[in-house]
Amino acid sequence: MIKVVNLHKSFGQLHVLKGVNFSVAPSEVVCVIGPSGSGKSTLLRCINQLETADSGHVYIDGEELTHPKTDINQIRQQVGMVFQLFNLFPHKTTLENITLAPIKIKGLDKSAAENRAMDLLGKVGLTDKAHVYPSKLSGGQKQRVAIARALAMQPKVMLFDEPTSALDPEMVGEVLAVMQNLAVEGMTMVVVTHEMGFAREVGDRVVFMDEGIIVEEGSPDDIFDNPRNPRTQAFLSKVL
Amino acid sequence: MPCLELFNLGFLDSITSQYGYKVVMQNLGYFLGGAWYTTFITALALAMGMVLGLFAGLGKLSSNRLIYSLSTAYIDFFRGTPLFVQIFLLYFGVLPLIYYNDPISSAIIALGLNSGAYIGEIVRAGIQAVDTGQMEAARSLGMNQRQAMTYVILPQAFKIVIPPMINEFIALLKDSSLVSAITVPELMHRGDLVFANTYQATWVFGAIAVIYFVITKTISVLGDWVERRLATD
Repeated sequence: MIKVVNLHKSFGQLHVLKGVNFSVAPSEVVCVIGPSGSGKSTLLRCINQLETADSGHVYIDGEELTHPKTDINQIRQQVGMVFQLFNLFPHKTTLENITLAPIKIKGLDKSAAENRAMDLLGKVGLTDKAHVYPSKLSGGQKQRVAIARALAMQPKVMLFDEPTSALDPEMVGEVLAVMQNLAVEGMTMVVVTHEMGFAREVGDRVVFMDEGIIVEEGSPDDIFDNPRNPRTQAFLSKVL
Repeated sequence: MPCLELFNLGFLDSITSQYGYKVVMQNLGYFLGGAWYTTFITALALAMGMVLGLFAGLGKLSSNRLIYSLSTAYIDFFRGTPLFVQIFLLYFGVLPLIYYNDPISSAIIALGLNSGAYIGEIVRAGIQAVDTGQMEAARSLGMNQRQAMTYVILPQAFKIVIPPMINEFIALLKDSSLVSAITVPELMHRGDLVFANTYQATWVFGAIAVIYFVITKTISVLGDWVERRLATD
């Protein structure tokens, strides 16, 4: 489903990704963990080309995103992204946040888009907030709306960039629950997270990154119970 | 004046009996006609300035070097030279080469070009004030640059630029008094003419100032209202 080959990315002098190879199978849930600055978010952002890689290739469903002739806007419609800071559109209501892209990009008519949006709001448990502006929502509610907004484009893959890191602790659970439901439904997901419990429970595979490379990957049990690499061991001993 | 007796406003007699008061009252219609010209010229210049400013502001954010340079040169020139000089340059110098120019259209063009430069900077700052995450969210949904700008960035920038834009409206309205120098029959010009005939400087220019103030105050009240209407939090 997703294939990343020998990806390099630098920000000025800082070499953030140093040759990352990575793939995700359909319906797989991959959790990317690692210390701050290890390149997790950059990897995720390179997958939908919010960052342009310096070298290397990214494929989604066999189509090469890094090819200059690829219509990136077309591909991004199939790749939902959820951000740490939600990035809801503050000038639009919850419902309008969700329907904007389907109406403007996919050409869906308003009532069809709204029906679908209400279904999605039901899924994330926020039907009663349809006509509210984001400023009136809690962090957890905002993130659930952001998930619904991404799902409204009916993506094949969902990318989550530390979706619970900006939330108050009591709101983490409601967001993780929505994500877990998605995983159960068979959505292909890549989740950059510090929620080790989620990675262990929901992840099919856990990828540990440090200093711009993938140090170790494997099933959650392997990584959390028998980490082989000393760097993985050191990291996990600090966070668990 | 019988009504003054009626309301026991006789104490105003000392004012209403003055020559300056009579000059202002006799010319009030003439002044208000000038105020109409002032408003009309400013409104058209503003419309022109907003179009130019939108392009100049977007141009200053463009990655295309040529577009960026043109926008920067335009803004630098019209912000960096006096409006009074620009009015003369355009009215006597540049515009006669292009068409048989009259004072009013020349005034609108000069004021429009000038305000376009300031509005360009307002637009640029407004767009840059929108959080970068907004563009990323829009693009991640599959919008192209133009769609993201139209549906996500510009509506938010629009809200941000209202206060500085109101400032610009007010500044432009006041600066439009400079076109009196090229004989546009607007408020300041008419005040000048009446003053030249009567020498009642305090009364005449005082009245002119009050009329300007009423217009600018109206603009700022309208601006506050728009700002409140667009508030979502």
